[in-house]
Order: sequence, then structure tokens, then C-alpha cells
Amino acid sequence: MSLVRMSAAIEPAAQPKQKAGKSVLTRWRGPALGLILPLILAVGWELAVRAGFSNGRLVPPPSVIYATFSELARTGELQRHAAATLARVLAGFGIGVIVGTLLGAITGYSLLVRRFIDPSLQALRAIPSIAWVPLFILWLGIFEASKVTLIAVGVFFPVYLGVMGAVMSVDRKIVEVGRAFRLSGVKMVRRILLPAVLPAYVIALRSGLGLGWMFVVAAEFMGASEGLGFLLVDGQQLGKPAQIVAAIVAFAVIGKITDWLIVGITAPFLRWEDRFKSPAAEG
Amino acid sequence: MLTLEGVGKTYANGVHALDAVNLSVGPGEIVAIVGGSGCGKSTLLRAISGLDTPSQGRVMLDGEKVTKPHEKIGIIFQEPRLLPWLTVAGNVGFGLEDRPKAERDARVVEALTRVGLSEKADMWPRELSGGQAQRVAIARALVPRPEVLLLDEPFSALDAFTRVDLQDHLLGLWADTRPILVLVTHDVDEAVVLADRIMVMRPRPGRIFDEIAADLPRPRERQSSAFDRVRRHVMAALDRSLKPVAKSDANEAAAFWW
Repeated sequence: MSLVRMSAAIEPAAQPKQKAGKSVLTRWRGPALGLILPLILAVGWELAVRAGFSNGRLVPPPSVIYATFSELARTGELQRHAAATLARVLAGFGIGVIVGTLLGAITGYSLLVRRFIDPSLQALRAIPSIAWVPLFILWLGIFEASKVTLIAVGVFFPVYLGVMGAVMSVDRKIVEVGRAFRLSGVKMVRRILLPAVLPAYVIALRSGLGLGWMFVVAAEFMGASEGLGFLLVDGQQLGKPAQIVAAIVAFAVIGKITDWLIVGITAPFLRWEDRFKSPAAEG
Repeated sequence: MLTLEGVGKTYANGVHALDAVNLSVGPGEIVAIVGGSGCGKSTLLRAISGLDTPSQGRVMLDGEKVTKPHEKIGIIFQEPRLLPWLTVAGNVGFGLEDRPKAERDARVVEALTRVGLSEKADMWPRELSGGQAQRVAIARALVPRPEVLLLDEPFSALDAFTRVDLQDHLLGLWADTRPILVLVTHDVDEAVVLADRIMVMRPRPGRIFDEIAADLPRPRERQSSAFDRVRRHVMAALDRSLKPVAKSDANEAAAFWW
């Protein structure tokens, strides 16, 4: 489903003309195919619990998860926890992206700087980021600062690597076109380098955001009084599996929405891409 | 007036690519530079363009020394090198960023019409054929109205029909404002069709070996005997340029040993 939405957003202008001719049924046949398996499993489990084959206590059926989810949403609990988690991710993502972009751009541009700092950063990257948690707590305390820092560290590396690689692989011949038109400094960056690295940058941002969502769970596990991670821990300690699954669903939905936002906001700038389209994605 | 005064280039790795080239090109003149591979013809063109600086000598344009890319000098590369994130119109107008939008748009439309691609203005470069893309590159280089247009084997990647078509096209565009054209090519026919003067270069180090005037009336008939005469003249010079003098003497001596 997500794949189709993405490709629909970035297709060149010529494409929709052909698409408009197709019936709604043909158009959604591809995505619908992917829904069959989860639907069978969900309905099957629901029926199994209803029929009494299982009490569904440890693996709650969809109806119970839905009830828990809507109860949490009705009382405003879900919104409060989701907002707390989202705020942490956005803060950590923002810091990680800014630092990663700056360092990545500088190291990609200058061989000297790359030789100077890249080995150290690569060494730090080899450390599993969760290993920093005890140090961060000692340095920054158990509240927001240490959580946001952990997320920022997680976001930093993919963004840094992506930007550095993108800047290093900008086509020399295209840069020469810029030079032939007497561009330098800011103009060269704005008119040549920035558009040239944008596709790779979007991918770096998306993998950074993915890691941000991963690390916010780790950060909230280390002790939080609110957040979706808190709902997970709370559900485990009080034996409420439906609450855990509801929190997981919330993670999936919000994570997907933030990813769509990145794709959607950048899509207008990437329509020019000469990208591979598998024949299957057309159906 | 474009003048090269003893222009030489030695690369950082010690390769002596170009040795003291002197050349003077008057307004509206078309000069072709031909030669075997590695004779420094592209190096020479890059020195004129200001993309590379010569190690010796200097390039002068209207009494002004060229040390970096100059607004009066345009260049067309072997590949179109269009910017993939700009539409065809955006690419053509790339060098006019500092002009008012109305003027820029008008000149882009005019240039695209002139190269016969006005209906492709809103397309992406990836949607063009090789010949169309190179026509856009020509339009992009000509739109700022340069006094000198440099062409580095501009049609060598195209098929024979497209190449002939683009050569005629280029001459048509040249006739509009009559800039100086300096064309590097390894296609002798192309040199004879386009140029007033053909410089034959010889390699290691690159230097000018011979100069042939192609004083044929335009438009030039590729099948005419006069055309053929100039072509054979250039071919012969090219042949000699690739034959080391000392070695040919030795061959003659060897032929007499029996």
C-alpha cells in the first residue's frame, strides 16, 4: 500500500493520463493483494477466540485490540503518550539531521576534513548506540536530555553517511557545467550541488527517521512516565497485551505518517528522477 | 579576436600534454582542431575555456587575459551534460539567471524554436533522444550570446544521420550572430564541412603540426570534388602527423638493406 502511494506521488506528469483510463478496480488490485494475508490471519484469530479454541488472553483478538485502542483514544491517554513520543523523535531527529547534514557536507566536500574526522566518526558508528545509554544517563540525567541525545545519535549516522556519500558522488561533469557558467560558492551549492544530492538526501533522511523511531523506544524503556514506550512497559508490567499491541499499532501509524511526510514534501523536487519502475508496480 | 600565445600545459603528474601553441582567430571565424587521440586537443580547448589554466603562455580574448570561465566564452561538451533536475527550458535558460524573467523566457523560447524543440520545453532531459539533448546543449551555450563558442567533439556520440543534421543546424545557428567557433573533432568530414581553417595537431607533446585553409563556398556540398580535395589534404597531414620523422627514415634505410 505504501509503495503504491509513494510511486503515485512521484510519477512524472505524463503517467496519470494513462492511469485515468483504468478502472478503480484494476488500479487497486495490486495493493489489495497485499491485504489478503493479514485479513485472513486477523479474521481467523478472531473466529478462533470467539469459538473458544483459545481464551485470547496473551494474544488478544483484533476486536479486543480495537476496543483497547479506542478506549485509550477516548480518554486522551493515547494522544498524550503519542505526543510525548513524537516530540522526542522530532527533537532528536532535528538535532541529528542538522549535525549529520553539516558534517556530512563538509567531509564529502573536503578530503582534508574527511581524513581528519571520518575515521573517528566511523569508529563511533561501530558502537551499538544503545551502549551509550548508561553514559548519557550519567551525563545528562534520566529526563528528556538523555533521551533526545540518544535519538539524535541514532539519526545522525545514516544522515551523515548519506550526505557524505552523496556529495562525494556528485558528477564531476555536471559541476563543470556550473563552472563553465561561472558559478561558485553559494550559487554553485544552490544550483548544482543541492539538487544533485537531493535524491540521496531524502533516502538518508528516511533511514534516519526510521532509526529515530527505533531509538525512541529504547530511550523510553530506560524510564519514562509518558510516551508510547511507556505504554509498552506499562502493558508488560500490568499484563495488558492488548495495550502493548495498541501502542505498537500507534507506532506503526505515526511512523508511517512521518515517513510519508518526508516523501510527500520532497516529491515535487524529485519528479525529474529517471528511476526504475518495475512492470508489476504499474498494475 | 581570440589569441593563444605560447599556450602549454604540463599536468601535475609530469605529462607534457601541450607545447607552446600559437593561434589567432578572428571574429566570425570557424577553426577546427583535428588530431589523433592524446594530441592535446581537448587540453587546448579546456585552456581556452578557462576551465583549466595553461602552465605556460596565455589565452587572450579582445585584449583581456582568460584565466577562468568567461561570460563571452561558451562551451559544448561531448555529452549534452544537461542538468537532469531542470526542464528543457530550464536548462536552456541556465546561463540567464541574472536577467529579468520576461527577457529570459523570451530568449529561451526563441532559442528552443531555433533548434526546433519548442514543443519539448516542459519535458525532462531524460525524455529526449541523444540528438535532441545535444541540440538543447547547443541552445544553452548560445543563449547568453557568447563571442566564442568552444565545441569538444560535440557530435561524436551520435549516429551518422543525426551528426550531419546537427552540423547543418550548428552552421545555421552560427550564422545568426557569427561567434568565433573553435571545434575539436576527430571526424575529418566534420572539420571540412564546418571550418574555415583546420589545425592538425601532433601528439607527445601536443602541438600544431599543420594548418589547412578550407576556403570552400558555403553551404558546402559534401559530395563535391573541392570538398574531397580538402579532405584528402587533411587526411594526408593527419597521416604525417602520426608518423615520427626519425622512424620513417629508418624504415627507408631498412628497405634498402638487400
